Order: sequence, then C-alpha cells, then structure tokens
Amino acid sequence: MKYALFPGCASKGATPELYTSTMKVVGRLGIDIVELEAFNCCGAGVITEADPDLALTLNARTLATAERMGIQNVMTICGTCQGVLGGANKILQEDEPRRERINRALKETTGLEYQGTVEVKHLQWILIKDFGLDALAKFVTHPLSDVSIAAFYGCYILRPSRATGFDDWENPTSLEKLIRTVGAHPVYYDGRTKCCGFPVLLEKDQIALSMVGKNVSEAKESGGDAMVTPCPLCHMSLDIYQERAEDKLQREQGPEKTLGMPILHLPQLLGLAMGFSPKELGMKRHLVSTAPLIEKIQ
Amino acid sequence: MRVKLTVQKFNPDIDLKPHPQDYFVETSRGMTLLSALLKIKAETDGTLTFRASCRAAICGSCLMQVNGSQKLACKVAIKEELEHHGKIEVGPMANMPVIKDMVVRMDPFWEKIRAVTPYLLEDGGKPVPTEALKDIHKKLDNADACIMCMACLSACTSYEVSPGFLGPAALAKAYRFQADPRDQGHVDRLEKLQGPNGIWDCVRCNFCVQVCPKDVQPMEQIIRLRRRSIGAGFTDSVEAKHITEFTKVVAAEGRLNEALLPVLMTLGNIRKMIRIIPLGIKMFLHGKTPFPFKRVPGRQEIRAIFKKWEKPK
Ligand code: SF4
Ligand code: SF4
Ligand code: SF4
Ligand code: SF4
Ligand code: FES
Repeated sequence: MKYALFPGCASKGATPELYTSTMKVVGRLGIDIVELEAFNCCGAGVITEADPDLALTLNARTLATAERMGIQNVMTICGTCQGVLGGANKILQEDEPRRERINRALKETTGLEYQGTVEVKHLQWILIKDFGLDALAKFVTHPLSDVSIAAFYGCYILRPSRATGFDDWENPTSLEKLIRTVGAHPVYYDGRTKCCGFPVLLEKDQIALSMVGKNVSEAKESGGDAMVTPCPLCHMSLDIYQERAEDKLQREQGPEKTLGMPILHLPQLLGLAMGFSPKELGMKRHLVSTAPLIEKIQ
Repeated sequence: MRVKLTVQKFNPDIDLKPHPQDYFVETSRGMTLLSALLKIKAETDGTLTFRASCRAAICGSCLMQVNGSQKLACKVAIKEELEHHGKIEVGPMANMPVIKDMVVRMDPFWEKIRAVTPYLLEDGGKPVPTEALKDIHKKLDNADACIMCMACLSACTSYEVSPGFLGPAALAKAYRFQADPRDQGHVDRLEKLQGPNGIWDCVRCNFCVQVCPKDVQPMEQIIRLRRRSIGAGFTDSVEAKHITEFTKVVAAEGRLNEALLPVLMTLGNIRKMIRIIPLGIKMFLHGKTPFPFKRVPGRQEIRAIFKKWEKPK
C-alpha cells in the first residue's frame, strides 16, 4: 500500500525531530511513502474559526492533490492534523452539496477537484490496521522491557468520534498496544485522553499550564518513565512548557512536586526499540532531558 | 441475566469518603441503567440516592458517571454498556461537589447559565417581523436543544482546571440567544463574553461535543461566537489575533511558522511578549525555531484560495 505523507507544519517547524524519527522508522519498516511536497496547513482548527469554507477548501486541495497522484491513503503524523484533515475529509465525502460548493471554489483557484476517494490515517492507525502489530514486532531488536510508558492520546485523534472512529474514545487501546509491542509496560492515568492545553498556551497560559502540570504529574505518579504522544502539538505543550508547569505546580502544591518527565513522539518510541540511537531520533532537541530514560534502556 | 453494578456510595453524615459498593440485579431485555438503579432502590437498598424523572432522556436529571464517561442513566442500555466495557461502574458526575451518592450540587451550573442572560432581550415589546422568524430553528444550529443535564460542564477539561470558566452549556445558551433574530442584545452579549472565563477559555478539547446527549455541540457554538466576535470588531485581543494572524501567516506562507506566530499574536502586548521571549531563546538553542523558514511550493494556489474566500471589507 502506498501512502502520501502529510508532514504537517509542526514536523517541518518546531518539532523537526518528529519528521526525522518518522522517516527513520517508516524507512526501516519499508512502508511505501511519497511526501506531499506542496502541502498546505490543515488549519489546526484555527482557520475554521475564521472561515469554515476557507478551511475546507484548503484541506480539499490537499486531498485532491493526493487523489491526482493516484494515491488512496494519506498518512498523517500529527494527531491534530489527523483530526482536522480527517474531519474535513469526512464532511467532503458525506455532504454532497457542501463538496460541490467547495469543489467549485477549488476548481476556480487551483484547477483541482476532489472526488472523495482518499482515506486519511494517522501513522498510529496504519501501524495497527495496515501494517500489523505482529509484523511490527519483528523489527523490535531492542525491547524496552525495563521501562513504563504513559500514553497521552490528545484530543483530536479521539474526539469527536464521529469524525475519527478508529479507536474507542472512551477507552482507547491503540497506543498501549504499540507500547506493549515494543516491549515496554503501559501505565494508566486519568489524563491520558484529556487535553494538553496547546490551543490556549499563549493567550490563557494559566489554563494550559494547569493541564500540563496535572497530566504530567498523574503520569509520573502512575509510574511512567516517559510519556508518548502521537501529536507534536501535545509534545510542544508537555515538553516545552513542562518547566513552567512545574513552577506553577510547586507554587500551588509545594516544592516536593517535581516533574522532569521525558516526552516522546510515537516514532521515537518505536525507533528506540528498533535500535536507532537517541541522537538519530533527535532527542537532543527536547527541552526536558530524555537522559534518565535512555539510561534505563541501556 | 444477573449483572453486577459497582456504585460509588457517599453519605456525608456517616462516610469520611466515597466508597464502592457492589449490587447484583436481575436484568430484563433492553433494561436501562436507570431502571436497574430504581430496582436496586426498591428491592435492595433504599438509601441509594440519585436524581431522575422522565426516564426518556428529556428532563436531564439522571446524569452520572458511567465507566468513566458522563451519561444519562436512562439512555444507557445495560447490555451494550457491559459489552463495551466489560463492567458497570457508576458514580456521581465528575468535577462537581457531591451531596450524596449520585446527587451533586447544581448551583455552580445555574450560576453560569444565569450569567449569560438566558432569555430574549426585547426592544420595548416591539413586534418582530415574521420574516425574521423564518427558519429560526435552523438559525440556532441546535443550540436550543439543551436539556441542562450538565454532562458537558462535568466533562469540560478547561472547567476542570479553571472553575470560573462559563463552560460549554452556558456558552451554547449564549449563542442560542445571540443567534436569535428577535434578540436585541447581539453585540452586548458578545462583548460580555470577551473577558476572562468567556469564549476564549475553551481549549477545543471536543469533550462537550462528544458527551452531549442532545447533540448541541457546545464547542461549535463557542466557535460561532468567536467568529461573530471577530466579525463584530472584537479583534484586538491576543485571542482574536491568534485566529487572524494564524490565518494571515498561512495565507502568505502556505503553512504555519510557529516561531513567528507568537510574535505576531503578542504585538502590542508587551507583558505577554516579554513572557514568551526566554522560551523563544530556549527553543532556538534546541533547534526548534525553523530558520530560515523554508517555503512550500504551490503558494500561488494557496493564495488564490484565500483570495477566493476573502470577505469584502
Ligand atoms: S495541525 Fe498543525 S502541524 Fe498539523 S498541519 Fe495543521 S497546523 Fe500544521
Ligand atoms: S490541545 Fe493538545 S491534546 Fe488537545 S488536540 Fe490540541 S494538541 Fe491535542
Ligand atoms: S471544547 Fe471547550 S467547552 Fe467543550 S469541553 Fe472542551 S474546553 Fe470545554
Ligand atoms: S449542552 Fe448538551 S451536555 Fe450540555 S447541558 Fe445541554 S444537553 Fe447537557
Ligand atoms: S430521567 Fe430524565 S433524562 Fe434521564
């Protein structure tokens, strides 16, 4: 099966380690991908707040481009891209009058038209559904048997379920399946399906920082050595803002509340188990040190 | 079928903290969780306390936490719930002060509803032209379907960490009146929602959309209020700029430049800007600020799409 990779702005911007680790892992697994070079931003749910038609047309362009390349599957590596591009695809496939309206605008501006034949799938789903966990297990040369990993799903890969529907929004299992496949132990905590606060990080930082602090400390108390997320925006919240979240937590709950929780992108977790070095997987780029985790692995 | 229900019991007069208690019920075909609870109350434990009235998912009384999610007990089919989760665990809805067992205090919720002026503001009783009432139901985008069950507020991740937030139901209610052609407070309503605890405190986690039993889609109504706010000229806030500047960056570059966006959003707001600078430097040192920013091919097409939907000024 061939996939058109929709890299998303984040993997091309503030989380370049997501892009490099994805390429390493996908390359090793032999998954056939071609990158959508001329991709445009999915809008991250923000452009639609300005104008839903505009956001839909932008996503229709992405989908129509893949369609024109003769590819039926778009691979996303960002939970938010998955929610937004996948959600747009659902509307375009199911709401015919809307699709016609958007297609008129798309044709006029780009000459493209979207027929609705493409499926949008996150790497997380592709590994489970298309590639298969048994096949994946064969590539695990360095099982992470000494570490406990706390899954952080993020919002858009789960909700609203009518737009996603791959995993069970109430009790998802896909990340834990992947954690087990690489030999690690999944740990469970209340916040694993909650929000990281990313959309309001700048404007309502106190709300976002509370969320980061709560989720990370729960993951830590449940015994996690690291958290893993399929969304680079969650990664930014949980990693880049963790120190400030820790400050806030300590102000509110006392100085003994420490975090220091390494946050991994999903392909980094897989890459470690496949024997790639932390450096190859870009772990130096994290703000929270991954050294304690790496020590435990080696 | 004999089914085990694990219910979180709490009586403040005798219990220090909530504790789980198992009950066994003989279920009949198509039995709902509410029927099972009523049966337990009638036959096994008269002290079991919960709210319920209509038994038909219309009064909004019987909301509780079922296997971790906020649900109307009268809408939960025991058989399906058991098939889905392999167990049935019931407790009071999350994030609300518990009075007894499944009964929680509702006054925080009503305060929020009251705060959005949940009634029509008329202009001295002047009659509304009938034309304005055409398709009124459509104009309200189902925001009028709310049964005040509190599922959305209880599940709201922003409310969980920031109890002052007006929350999904109240904001959906605000939209319901803002969008009503008979209402005379359109702009005032928007203005009241700009400050702290208003429409900009929603993190777009989609929980409210997911749990609402009446498909009110509160988050979508909040987004409509945001769109209307920008349309009505409330454009100076960092929050509004997040939307307008994000859109402008993508219009110019085809994709987002995360290094640039915070700067554009906080322009003119020195306090916020100073707060993001140290982090910006740290990100730069860790190779997290793409520089030079690589542009995407096909920008002309993207610009044409933006131009196409541009609103006449
Ligand atoms: S979700 Fe973010 S990273 Fe992904 S394409 Fe959209 S804007 Fe870019
Ligand atoms: S806020 Fe975080 S968890 Fe929620 S969708 Fe955005 S990135 Fe994901
Ligand atoms: S989408 Fe917004 S209002 Fe709805 S539950 Fe999440 S934070 Fe609350
Ligand atoms: S919006 Fe939906 S979930 Fe919220 S109170 Fe109303 S009916 Fe209940
Ligand atoms: S009893 Fe009325 S909604 Fe359940």
